[in-house]
Amino acid sequence: MNREEILQDLRSRFAGDILDFQDKSPKRVFVEIRPEALKQVARHVFFDLKARFNIASGIDTRRAIEILYHFTIEDINLMINLRVKLDRDHPVIESLAPWIEATNWIEREISELLGVEFKGHPDMRRLLLADNWPEGVYPLRQDYEEWDETAIRDRGV
Amino acid sequence: MGKRTVVPIGPFHPLQEEPEFFTLTVEGERVVDIDVRIGYNHRGIEKLSERKNFDQSTFVIERICGICSTSHPFAYTRAVEDVFPMEVPERAKYIRTIIAEGERIHSHLLWAGLAGHFLGYNTVFMWVWKLREEILDVMEILSGNRNNYAMFKPGGVRRDIQEEDIGPALAKIESILPTMDMLIAAIKDDPVIHARTKGVGVLSEEAAINFSALGPTSRASGVSRDVRVDSPYGVYDRVDWDMIVTENGDVYDKVVVRMLETIESARIMVQCLSNLPPGEIDANIESVPPGDGIGHIEAPRGETFHFVRSDGTNRPVRHKVRAPTFMNLPTFKSTVVGETVSDATIILAAIDPCYCCTERVAVRDDKGKKIYSGTDLVELSRKKTERIMSRMGIR
Amino acid sequence: MSIKLKALLKSPWVFHFSTGSCNNCDIEILDCLTPRFDIERFGMLLAGSIKHADVLLVTGSCNRMSADRLRKLYDQVPKPCLVVAIGECSMSRGMFIHSYNCPVPLDHIVPVDVYIPGCPPKPEAIIAGVVKLIEKVRSS
Repeated sequence: MNREEILQDLRSRFAGDILDFQDKSPKRVFVEIRPEALKQVARHVFFDLKARFNIASGIDTRRAIEILYHFTIEDINLMINLRVKLDRDHPVIESLAPWIEATNWIEREISELLGVEFKGHPDMRRLLLADNWPEGVYPLRQDYEEWDETAIRDRGV
Repeated sequence: MGKRTVVPIGPFHPLQEEPEFFTLTVEGERVVDIDVRIGYNHRGIEKLSERKNFDQSTFVIERICGICSTSHPFAYTRAVEDVFPMEVPERAKYIRTIIAEGERIHSHLLWAGLAGHFLGYNTVFMWVWKLREEILDVMEILSGNRNNYAMFKPGGVRRDIQEEDIGPALAKIESILPTMDMLIAAIKDDPVIHARTKGVGVLSEEAAINFSALGPTSRASGVSRDVRVDSPYGVYDRVDWDMIVTENGDVYDKVVVRMLETIESARIMVQCLSNLPPGEIDANIESVPPGDGIGHIEAPRGETFHFVRSDGTNRPVRHKVRAPTFMNLPTFKSTVVGETVSDATIILAAIDPCYCCTERVAVRDDKGKKIYSGTDLVELSRKKTERIMSRMGIR
Repeated sequence: MSIKLKALLKSPWVFHFSTGSCNNCDIEILDCLTPRFDIERFGMLLAGSIKHADVLLVTGSCNRMSADRLRKLYDQVPKPCLVVAIGECSMSRGMFIHSYNCPVPLDHIVPVDVYIPGCPPKPEAIIAGVVKLIEKVRSS
């Protein structure tokens, strides 16, 4: 399938789930979908379209927690970015890790740094932060503030 | 079912770079499970980068990894350039390609040396690292520093390559090629290296795809995946080079892929240096409009991925960094399980993580009676090499 | 100078510890061992365990997880032990001073004898630093 056929197919197959479709450049497409539909769309892109999972980026936009799942179809040099927006107070989304091994670690990372809950993740343990890092403090949130009173920040702004 | 033993590896090793902490569960000699705890190296760079402006971020990004100190700025600058349509000057593209390939050579050589050390081949270690110094000299001629070149900036490169430096750099590259050829032939023909690495730690093609493995790790498993070919950047679509892909997925194939890639990289460097076009080196970006940008490039270990979101101010709102090891590391679950403890070191080494930590290993049985010291795991690996050597009548 | 220190200076064995560095300093330390620089000719040897070492080389910006380990490790060292901070990160945390995961500088965790600046310091600088350390201890 070429680029147009893939995008056409994606649009018609998930017509009810796609909230926004941005054809940014020949190499990049941003598709905003309903969070509930992530599993179906991601599995379609990964297994049927044979895309490679690059990574997921979690972003705190102050209004919502946004997660971008980046997939690349290498044969036609197209990066499909699935965007989901989650409620900032209780960000919950279904985990992809049971199906796609590659998403396992990044979901652990996002849950740790941004506080997103991944339902059904097989192995949700700490990945990056120290064991004595307080619960409920997420460093990549925009409103993160220094919690450690012993920390020394004695120069710079 | 025998008694299960837990072997902690790490987190600190005297020889290697990044600390990581592995837990091997073994039954006798067989590894039945492996787990890893990272985080000993987490410095919150993504958050730091949000405090800096687009130009300053390049320097922070450069300090993510000392070995790939070019690939991160490369991916980052491409991400910024992806936010809005713009074109990088031709000469800058050539210079970027040259620096990126020089880094690939020194990174692969560094890995080969350390892999040799872990097999008990200190000769390989010393030889390869001696050769690596020559490459660092080339980089010093071209950029002014042995590592952390600081050549990149959004829109172009920060520093030009002087005409009078090209001749000496080319001569130096030409002079080390025969040594490199000799070394690669020696490594490929060595019966002991064959015995230690062939059929060990096989990563199947399906596993490589499902784990989304990258770079030499996937190419050794027959997955022809290389950003330089799939999504050409720099001048890779204009120079003559080959992508190295092998079929078996074992440690030996990973060695071969990396060693042959150094030759390809040297070819690319020579071509770029000889055909460096004149002109501007910087597009002088005035401001970055709001939007999302993604940049991915082929680092020595695989694809490096950067995502930048700009809101029109002079700082990125969000900067996501994904290094290749993040995807390659979980493949341990598929490669190490089922192998013997003495092979675990080299399999862990084979994906070229910043692979560290075989030191401070305490092997103890369930009752905590038997304790081996740290160096014993490396020692086990070396003894196996010696056994194979004496069986072959080499020593 | 105590007799213990005097014995130590003849052939200092070093142990290398990365507390979350970018690997550059660590690789330059390794470079010192390889044929071009070859510090083994001065009797310096990279030890496999801290219990065999006389000098502790620390690189990196001391993040939360490795700072704990560093404290534990320093307790295990047979004293006297000299500590060398290599690179900008271990001196002052450099550009990581505002990182949420790097709360305190190295010299608040363990006492440091010599600082070698640079990002990364060249192998020549590392050798010069160790020579200065030896001179400093000798004159004490």
